[in-house]
Amino acid sequence: MTAIMLALSISVAQVMLGLAMMCAAFRMIWGPRAQDRMLGLDTFYNNSMLLLLSFGIQTGRTLYFEAALIIALLGFVGTVGLSKFLMRGEVIE
Amino acid sequence: MIQAPDLPGWAAALVALLMLAGALITLIGSIGLLRMKSFYARVHPPTLGSTLGMALIVLASIICFSVLRSRLSVHEVLIGVFLTITTPVGFMLLARAALYRERSDGTLPPADRGEE
Repeated sequence: MTAIMLALSISVAQVMLGLAMMCAAFRMIWGPRAQDRMLGLDTFYNNSMLLLLSFGIQTGRTLYFEAALIIALLGFVGTVGLSKFLMRGEVIE
Repeated sequence: MIQAPDLPGWAAALVALLMLAGALITLIGSIGLLRMKSFYARVHPPTLGSTLGMALIVLASIICFSVLRSRLSVHEVLIGVFLTITTPVGFMLLARAALYRERSDGTLPPADRGEE
């Protein structure tokens, strides 16, 4: 009984995180300016990282944790690089 | 695909509750990103997902793996610490870049013009 409840609530949480990713993707498509699109991208990778953590809980494997950590690391680098690009027009000065 | 780890009752209830709360808070933050009117208002809602939502899901993951292996497993804390440090830095750089662009274009909205 508790296993079915846990499985259902993990699935519902995954659907919610998927909807959150859809919201971020719409902001990335519609964003009036470049900074709005970057904000959408930032939210998108954060939500995808949380979705990977929930996959890790669902299957009980640590494989997904490493993927989530790499997404968090590289996403931050991407945000910083794109911010520098928006500000100055070049990434490395 | 209905699948769940083999957890005892109290841990299953706790993990389910934390997962649902974290996912709901993240969803609320992303809906806020979609609905807010100006860019400077839109910077705020996603941080809901990357602070509290992330903390709740990481806590659920810690409880799940600690109970599954019957030893303390805290490597998920790495994600929490890293995201807590980098989210403010990234959003501050982004907001400063947006402010710089709108100043140089002359498209800064009048409500934001008086304050630094």
